[in-house]
Amino acid sequence: MRIAVLSGKGGTGKTLVSVNLACAAEKAVYVDCDVEEPNGHLFLKPEITEKQSVTVTVPEMDMSKCTGCRKCVDFCKYNALALLKDKLMIFYEVCHSCGGCILFCPAKALSKKQREIGTIEAGLSDSVTVLTGCLNTGEVSGVPIIKGLMEKLPEQDTIVIDCPPGSACIVMESIREADYCVLVAEPTLFGSHNLAMVYDLVKLFNKPFGVVLNKCLPGDNPSEKFCKENKIAILAEIPYDEKLGTLNSKGLVAVRVSEQYREMFCKLLSKVAKEVL
Amino acid sequence: MKLIVPVESKSLDIPVCPSFGRTPLYMSFDTETGNHEFLDNSAATSQGGAGIKAAQMLVDHGAKAVITYRCGDNAAQVLNAAKIEMYKAQDGSVSGNIEKFKSGKLSLLSEIHPGFHNHGGAKE
Repeated sequence: MRIAVLSGKGGTGKTLVSVNLACAAEKAVYVDCDVEEPNGHLFLKPEITEKQSVTVTVPEMDMSKCTGCRKCVDFCKYNALALLKDKLMIFYEVCHSCGGCILFCPAKALSKKQREIGTIEAGLSDSVTVLTGCLNTGEVSGVPIIKGLMEKLPEQDTIVIDCPPGSACIVMESIREADYCVLVAEPTLFGSHNLAMVYDLVKLFNKPFGVVLNKCLPGDNPSEKFCKENKIAILAEIPYDEKLGTLNSKGLVAVRVSEQYREMFCKLLSKVAKEVL
Repeated sequence: MKLIVPVESKSLDIPVCPSFGRTPLYMSFDTETGNHEFLDNSAATSQGGAGIKAAQMLVDHGAKAVITYRCGDNAAQVLNAAKIEMYKAQDGSVSGNIEKFKSGKLSLLSEIHPGFHNHGGAKE
């Protein structure tokens, strides 16, 4: 069972829900796809067993073979190449790794080179396998890291995918393999707008989904209203709870230290499991 | 030598276009003959890398200097590598800027911004 946890903005509680869902399962894999700022490891504190580099294929030039035909420059839709009299300039952060320039070069002056854009760490936190994607500072796209993470997912087990915030390409890549999507939402007007964004996304991807309302207080909850208007299942309501906030601030996993939250997340997990079946 | 100024339309009486990479046209002025011509900027509508493509076009055109308000990092790298000098545009008309260039009153462009890269730089 592959559960993706997403939200339209940062700070709604994706990591809280993901980490606790993974720890509520008997055996689980927690995948941190928020590669720009992965933080699940701060709670799970895994013992790192493996670290691998994630690379993208980019062109490399041998100027001694270049005839100056400019086929590579003209082909590149992203304008990642510029040819001067005596050198080809390659703008790696603009390159989309399509490989077209290499294919089109009649003089075979261009060849493939691997360029590191980030890393994937694997580790263990009790019964939870932790996979963390980390994009190097200054890199433009974390999508290749998400793809690398997805290749490492086992067939069985409960897999919880902690998505990046928003609804852009990198989130699409993160939910592609999911059987079910959990949308986490805050009880504000802004929160309901962000919920609407990811709601549109999961519908577009035809994924079964439900909502977890986080930081719930007495009174109006625009996100709850949005769910009712659109007939969206509310899977759980997490209270705006000082105790939970304190646990979080200490980097503790609520499920591991609080019976109340263990119960809540076990319930949530079994609810999702039923939905997937 | 060929002097380049980004312009919004085919006139010398208008201000210098604030965008380098996504300007619709370049005015190319020949300092020896005093003639000028306008070049379409095919990079203006690029999804990305407009500055690189525009700079490449000016390199191919044989430009030796550019008068511009600003220039992104990638474009500046190409212009620098091709030894094309960048001068800071001043308010006033294109022809006024050319006169100032001729009398040595324009200073070199010192600030290179990191580029807008699809984040709203085109029509500021």
